[in-house]
Amino acid sequence: MADRPSRRGILKAAGTLAGAGALLRLSAKPADATPDMMQDAVRAAIGEAPVKKGKIKLDLPPLVENGNSVPCTVTVDSPMTAADYVKAIHIFNEKNPQPNVISVKLGPRAGRATLSTRIRLADTQTVTAIAEMSDGTCWSDDIYVIVTLAACVEEPKP
Amino acid sequence: MIGRALINVPATAKRGDVIEIKTLVSHIMESGYRIGVTGQPIPRDIIDDFVCTYNGEEVFRARLYPAIAANPFISFFTVATESGTLAFSWTDQQGATRVQTASITVEQ
Repeated sequence: MADRPSRRGILKAAGTLAGAGALLRLSAKPADATPDMMQDAVRAAIGEAPVKKGKIKLDLPPLVENGNSVPCTVTVDSPMTAADYVKAIHIFNEKNPQPNVISVKLGPRAGRATLSTRIRLADTQTVTAIAEMSDGTCWSDDIYVIVTLAACVEEPKP
Repeated sequence: MIGRALINVPATAKRGDVIEIKTLVSHIMESGYRIGVTGQPIPRDIIDDFVCTYNGEEVFRARLYPAIAANPFISFFTVATESGTLAFSWTDQQGATRVQTASITVEQ
């Protein structure tokens, strides 16, 4: 009787193994960006210019079923003349592994400061768009997006 | 590897019209954050630069990051100034480039 492993012993061992497995899974997950990292990325992109709300509109669905491909449109209110145009548009996120999404350079030749693309979202988070104007001012808009199936987590096909 | 590209540019436009350009290119855009079947991260493989020139003059440039979905779709606007060629070029992180052109006829 003493040689047989006890039920309690087996359960304990199984629990330890499961715990180790969970730890491994956790450590294998890449670190997510934080709102602080996003702020750093914003400063790296636009410098120290103050960012005000308005003039730019970020269009994203508020509830996203699949974070692997999220349609996203940014529209900036600007006459796009040689004297007054949008210099750049940046999109940032809070919780993907990397805070940058896209940075676009345009000029008066664009005619209309609108950009559409498809992005990845790894988590429910706030997405921010920032427009840099030719006069040096910066304008932002942000939107809180709920993501039910996150990008980057699905296992690749063997 | 950068695959085939689809470009949608109006064939004709009036001078001064603001036209919409839509581009879609076939590319995996592997983020570098996914874990493969061996437990190792799958190496990053992304297109990081996209440029559109209109008769040689740059009208639009984008820097892409891993947060852009696979098969990058980008749509933007430009002013139809003169007849000619729009050239689109995508460059991946290894420096490989795919260039595709579209022509436009601008009426007075």
